[in-house]
Amino acid sequence: MVRSFFGFIGRRGFEFTGVFENFFKEISGLYYLTRATLYCTFLEPLRGKPNKWKPVWTQMEEVGVKSTTIVFLVSFLIGVILAFQSAHQLSRLGALDFVGALVGVAILRELGPLMTALVMSGRVGAAFTAELGTMKVSDEVLALEIMALNPVKFLITPRFLALLIMLPCLTIMADLMGILGGFLIGTTTLGIDPVTYINNSLDAMVIKDVVTGLIKSVVFAVIIVMVGSYMAFIIEGGAEMVGQNTRTAVVVSMILVIIADLVFTSLFFFVT
Amino acid sequence: MIEVKNLKKTFGEGDKRITVLEDFNAHMEKGQITSIIGGSGSGKSTVLKHLIGAYRPDFGEIWIDGEEVTQLKGEAISSVRKKFGIMFQSGALFNSLTVEDNVALPMREHTSLNEGTILIMVKMKLEMVGLRGAEHLKPAQLSGGMVKRIALARAIALDPKIVFYDEPSAGLDPISIGVIDKLIIDLSKKMGITSVVVTHEIPSAMRISDKIIMLFKGKIIAEGTPEEIRNSADPRVIQFIEGSPDGPIPFSKSQTDYGEELKEMSRV
Ligand SMILES: Nc1ncnc2c1ncn2[C@@H]1O[C@H](COP(=O)(O)OP(=O)(O)O)[C@@H](O)[C@H]1O
Ligand SMILES: [Mg+2]
Repeated sequence: MVRSFFGFIGRRGFEFTGVFENFFKEISGLYYLTRATLYCTFLEPLRGKPNKWKPVWTQMEEVGVKSTTIVFLVSFLIGVILAFQSAHQLSRLGALDFVGALVGVAILRELGPLMTALVMSGRVGAAFTAELGTMKVSDEVLALEIMALNPVKFLITPRFLALLIMLPCLTIMADLMGILGGFLIGTTTLGIDPVTYINNSLDAMVIKDVVTGLIKSVVFAVIIVMVGSYMAFIIEGGAEMVGQNTRTAVVVSMILVIIADLVFTSLFFFVT
Repeated sequence: MIEVKNLKKTFGEGDKRITVLEDFNAHMEKGQITSIIGGSGSGKSTVLKHLIGAYRPDFGEIWIDGEEVTQLKGEAISSVRKKFGIMFQSGALFNSLTVEDNVALPMREHTSLNEGTILIMVKMKLEMVGLRGAEHLKPAQLSGGMVKRIALARAIALDPKIVFYDEPSAGLDPISIGVIDKLIIDLSKKMGITSVVVTHEIPSAMRISDKIIMLFKGKIIAEGTPEEIRNSADPRVIQFIEGSPDGPIPFSKSQTDYGEELKEMSRV
């Protein structure tokens, strides 16, 4: 009885360290892949192996241009919802005119970058894992290595550069759409005078809000690409792992995006 | 050309450790075709993965073109890899690229030839595998036999000294097998390419090989010319060549005794 109890504890303890060990293995794997990607993308071109831009263009169209509709839609609706929600509270304080200010600041600082990144984790992160994972299981990645071509430079760098450029662009567009959504509701349904709405908004929003939002979106881009690619590159064996890891990639990159957002928000809160 | 000495490989940790390859010695001569045959799970692909540097052995040496390759890293391994081409079992063509781009890829990346020259060379390689005219198709539009021929064209794009073939005839119809066999022979005889073929197609191996190495559970059980293999007295070799279900190679894959295992279960 006692022995089996300790056996149980022992096994539990063992499983527990196993979980931790795995966790750190994944983290360090992600770290090494990110380092290799940064090296291939930014340092190698300086050493005479320039990046090819054609695959980057293709990926920019794939991840950026084709995501505009969903990003526009989501951020527009967020603006609308935010206007409605805040109108109720603000009107009780007799400050209905400040709906524009609240919507603008919330979108620029927080919701624009965050919602765009979450949508892109689902749309683009999943696509990366599925694409690269399929290449991994059909030996295409091994084929690249055997041809003495670096799979990181070949497969990850174009996607990395594309998202690094496109995510901030999409974020700016999402900001505009969200503010537009708030403006339309504020000036029609809520009946706020357009000029007052715009003046109050402009007073509240500062350029620093946009900049911090963009800094965040660059970090989110790194997270989405690296998690998506890493989950693909660790696939061994059959096609069923591609499905599993695609799901894991989306979940993990969403969580990491939110954690990173928290870190940055608190950083900006205390530092500025 | 290729010399393998005392190769040993295990997978897994602790009590789950299994030995996949043991005491593997082989010599693959320049310009000759060496086939590695054996049932599935006997370790053929593992040998091939060691030769191309995808796995690192637990023990042993591999000499390719006078260079020990098992400890190489980075740039050094890249320069060895440029000496050989490989045709994967699945073809492993890049699905997003056309046939032309697939074959041109190694040339574009590793040579400074201009685009016109590269396209001419692609055409020549495609002509060699009998598929000139397929330049603008995507891999998804090709049949299984064509995929393998394109994969071969890509493997020889940089005029390698060595070509590895992983199950070149698996899943193909007899005529396509014949075509691939002929291509392998032509390449090695006319261009002096050293070929290493991993296969379980006995008739095809008998036709094309200068030397056959037969694996069973990670160990070499027979080695020699096709004639010597055919005349072997080893019952395991005879069973494999004749493809009979009864013989020293057991039908059941399990390691433990059936009766013991049932008794073990009834005790619980
Ligand atoms: N990466 C691996 N991890 C664990 N076991 C493996 C791995 N690769 C191969 N094996 C095992 O090694 C044995 C030989 O595999 P393989 O070389 O693929 O055989 P073959 O190609 O002759 O069918 C099999 O029992 C297989 O389960
Ligand atoms: Mg195999």
